[in-house]
Amino acid sequence: MTITIYVPCDTTALSLGADRVAQELQVAAAELNKDIRLVRNGSRGLFWLEPLVEVQTPYGRVAYGPVEPGQVKELVAAGLFEGNPDHALYLGDIAQHPYLQRQQRLTFARIGITDPVCIEDYIAHGGFAGLKNAAALTPQGIVDEIKASGLRGRGGAAFPAGIKWQTVLDEPHDQQKYVVCNADEGDSGTFADRLVMECDPYMLIEGMTIAGLAVGATLGFIYVRSEYLLSRKMLDEAIRRAEEHGYLGDNVCGNGRAFRLEVRLGAGAYICGEETSLLESLEGKRGLVRSKPPLPAIKGLFGQPTVVNNVLSLAAVPYIMAHGGKTYADYGMGRSLGTLPIQLAGNIKQGGLIELAFGVTLRKVLEDFGDGSFTGRPIKAVQVGGPLMAYLPESQWDTPMDYEAFAKLGAGIGHGGVVVFDDTVDMGEQARFAMEFCAVESCGKCTPCRIGSVRGVEVIDRIRAGDNRDNNLVLLEELCETMVDGSLCAMGGMTPFPVQSVMKHFPEDLMASPRPVEA
Amino acid sequence: MHMSERADHKTAAMPVPAAGDWSPDMIRQEVASLQHEPGPLLPILHAIQARIGYVPEGAVPIIAEMLQQTRAEIHGVISFYHHFRTRPAGSNLLEVCRAEACQARGGRALERHVQKKLGVGYHETTTDNEVSLEPVYCLGNCACGPSIRVNDEIIGRVTPQKFDELVDKLTTSVLQLK
Ligand SMILES: Cc1cc2nc3c(=O)[nH]c(=O)nc-3n(C[C@H](O)[C@H](O)[C@H](O)COP(=O)(O)O)c2cc1C
Ligand code: SF4
Ligand code: FES
Ligand code: FES
Repeated sequence: MTITIYVPCDTTALSLGADRVAQELQVAAAELNKDIRLVRNGSRGLFWLEPLVEVQTPYGRVAYGPVEPGQVKELVAAGLFEGNPDHALYLGDIAQHPYLQRQQRLTFARIGITDPVCIEDYIAHGGFAGLKNAAALTPQGIVDEIKASGLRGRGGAAFPAGIKWQTVLDEPHDQQKYVVCNADEGDSGTFADRLVMECDPYMLIEGMTIAGLAVGATLGFIYVRSEYLLSRKMLDEAIRRAEEHGYLGDNVCGNGRAFRLEVRLGAGAYICGEETSLLESLEGKRGLVRSKPPLPAIKGLFGQPTVVNNVLSLAAVPYIMAHGGKTYADYGMGRSLGTLPIQLAGNIKQGGLIELAFGVTLRKVLEDFGDGSFTGRPIKAVQVGGPLMAYLPESQWDTPMDYEAFAKLGAGIGHGGVVVFDDTVDMGEQARFAMEFCAVESCGKCTPCRIGSVRGVEVIDRIRAGDNRDNNLVLLEELCETMVDGSLCAMGGMTPFPVQSVMKHFPEDLMASPRPVEA
Repeated sequence: MHMSERADHKTAAMPVPAAGDWSPDMIRQEVASLQHEPGPLLPILHAIQARIGYVPEGAVPIIAEMLQQTRAEIHGVISFYHHFRTRPAGSNLLEVCRAEACQARGGRALERHVQKKLGVGYHETTTDNEVSLEPVYCLGNCACGPSIRVNDEIIGRVTPQKFDELVDKLTTSVLQLK
């Protein structure tokens, strides 16, 4: 009898040796004359357990992890092919794992379960149900459903997706419109876009196609950062197969409307995640930020009306169209409706993808899911929402993850990344890095950002060196204000946030001289 | 075939031609095959870099002429993006993640170790031309840092020891190829 074995193929599993584990499993099976079917599934996002090997048994998909290359022989001898529990890495039926059981996976319902590029797998797990419903509606009907869901952009600015789509729909019909997916995912600590593209690419294709039908766009671009080569590869293959099966092309789902998709690679510029810089880049120019207005919804790519949405915003759309906007809006709190894919990263024992309704506290995420720091030391600071967001001290960890509650703290949820630091972190160095990063990645269009960030590094260095400290602290505060008030976009406008949070919550670190570097 | 069976993805040395190893015809071919796409410049530059290993200075006037843009415009685009290089890289391209989630896992110490071990700083190539070192700001592997990329392969939880083993393997496999 054929035994089905799963070994994930996402970047994290591969970075820990999943390909070698897969090879070793095949060798072991051949030696024992076992007939195995090896499926390269996506990752379930329980990254501390990768590579996570699963075996199909009558009692569910039994898992072992983390399996290091070189460990397969021993696992097979202990009965891995039979799902035998007598091994320290045995985890039982993975679907019952508390890390998964405690989540509300609406968007990420399929990841890790299916073979990412297998279209039959996608359909068997509810795929394209949303598109079928959408194809039977008028464009306005689709937009109304998105409005009812309360979906807000997951790329950082949290703008209501339904309103953006309405603006594009309301532009005159007799012109080219575009749907652009922002897959630049530049924030440190984030990987949910990557997981969508590598582990469930049809979901993004479906979401973009629905957006196309809704606003009357016939062409879509997915702008993938050049660091994400595997995402690109998976998307290209999925697009090819979706075309073959009539989900993309001249006659989407047989309803007579056309929609095509193309993947474009970025080129290593963080600022190209900003939507207008991204559009410039797609047009083949330097990624200089455009001033708004005009909004991209009115004059976007090549001057045409354009929906620009983050991967996660578009990936939420198939669920909404399959189950109804109201069902999605039943999750969450206040004006933050639906689920938030939280990405737990940095110095954390159990890092990974945690999709939950808005409203969970950071402390719950760190403790119940993360199980404390990776090093076992006390956690000192957490940066939520990427490099332009504040560092949060422990006194702020009971804030619910909700856009408005975080805004009140002068913080933000951004794209949902949570980066954890233990008590060995030097927060002065983190403040310096925020300015340094801005200096490297500024598009250069405005002075407060381009020059201010360079000055910021210098001033922080002087403060740390004890050089005219009081005056330089005042100077740093003023510099931050100038950047916040005088920058065209959030790159220069928000780089001060992590710096100011360090000044406020960790001043002793900022004053301390840099630690000597061990040789 | 499953996409994930990345037999074609194995590292060792990328077959990158040496400096000067390109011809204007190569550039013309790449431009011609993409110039009718909307916004073709980035795809063209990617195609040239994939084929030649970098974007040679001499490609600029050819691209400019074929796209009917100025040389300054093409130049400006190449220099704006960190990804495009105008000189050949060493046999192996090594990127070390400098971003926050990797910092939280010892990334800064790893950065220092890598530079010391290779004897080069960022944007430099070792004297034996084996390794070019570049910084990268996140590889999307942030729960299992510190992370690096060697050519097309991303590697997680890199310790100084793991890094040394890797470099030894890289350099010996290159020797075997020669
Ligand atoms: C410096 C900067 C970087 C950004 N990077 C990204 C990014 O990597 N991905 C993303 O989706 N949005 C990013 N954004 C936000 C986009 O400008 C824009 O708000 C988003 O793509 C809109 O899609 P959404 O409404 O679905 O979130 C960035 C913004 C700024 C100012
Ligand atoms: S704030 Fe910085 S990144 Fe944004 S437009 Fe100005 S210079 Fe460019
Ligand atoms: S094997 Fe699943 S789509 Fe072909
Ligand atoms: S911060 Fe290093 S991989 Fe994301």
